[in-house]
Amino acid sequence: MEGKAKEMKQSSAVKLLKEKFPADILEYSTPFGDETLLIRKENIIKILKFLKETPELEYSLLLDITCVDYIGQEPRFELIYHVYSFRLNHRLRIKTKISEKNPFIESSTCLWKNANWLEREVFDMFGIKFKNHPDLRRILMYDEFEGHPLRKDYPLKKRQPRLPGAE
Amino acid sequence: MKADFITTKLDYVLGWARKFSLFQYPFVTACCGMEYMSAACAHFDIDRFGAGLTRFSPRQADLLLVVGTVTQKLAPVLRKIYDQMTEPKWVIAVGACAVSGGIYNNYAVVQGIDKIIPVDVYIPGCPPRPEAILDALIKLQKKIQNQPQAWKWREKLKK
Repeated sequence: MEGKAKEMKQSSAVKLLKEKFPADILEYSTPFGDETLLIRKENIIKILKFLKETPELEYSLLLDITCVDYIGQEPRFELIYHVYSFRLNHRLRIKTKISEKNPFIESSTCLWKNANWLEREVFDMFGIKFKNHPDLRRILMYDEFEGHPLRKDYPLKKRQPRLPGAE
Repeated sequence: MKADFITTKLDYVLGWARKFSLFQYPFVTACCGMEYMSAACAHFDIDRFGAGLTRFSPRQADLLLVVGTVTQKLAPVLRKIYDQMTEPKWVIAVGACAVSGGIYNNYAVVQGIDKIIPVDVYIPGCPPRPEAILDALIKLQKKIQNQPQAWKWREKLKK
């Protein structure tokens, strides 16, 4: 699998990005045939905007925003965008690292409407805060819930029943 | 001798009437709902047992079917719906999640609805077959028939 992935041709999007933003692209890999870019957090919106609005790329669909907690590493969190281009029939994975001390990143709601709920989910589960998000509230858990349950340091057995007695 | 009268007990008659006129409120939250729909529709036909009229208002129902996972976020809603139902009322927990939380032993899921509301019949299974739901209904009917019935003048007669 690994050898095959290395032979893969770079897509036009990756080539263009490497030309336009050489300083922001930290890593390029193709795990299981999916092109993945590690991007510096500061210019994430610029790059996503470029992917979405360049006419020959047109990554118009944001499939998912998710997050991974690599506890013990610094920076601790990795935020992952999955974008899709109908024009190229191509998926691209954009990753960026976020530290625990400064868990802020620019919101991508200015590009995709559905980023609103996806970012709320990441906020709810991991506590990543999105700047300029129109409505950054919990989306799955209730407002009284304390902490972020998908962080690896959330105690496995910790329960916060909303009704007394309902563990 | 002409038989113009029967002797019975009011409790028995009330139990008989109540067990064959169960108005159910399906509180469907998850995949068990598919099995419930199957049980309720023509193929398995829950109407054969007198529970054919599904009410979508808890105020008109006397049987609460909790079908599926109940999360902590949903717990107050379920409690409110139970409280809104008029007496007498019964509850069936359908499926592993409603019975015990099922496979979800985590921060989000209530570990069995009996932590929030009283339950009369538990149906295990993930999901239970429609026959299991009918079986639970028959068991509940037996329970209703044999339990002391609440009726208006019972207290007055005692005095």
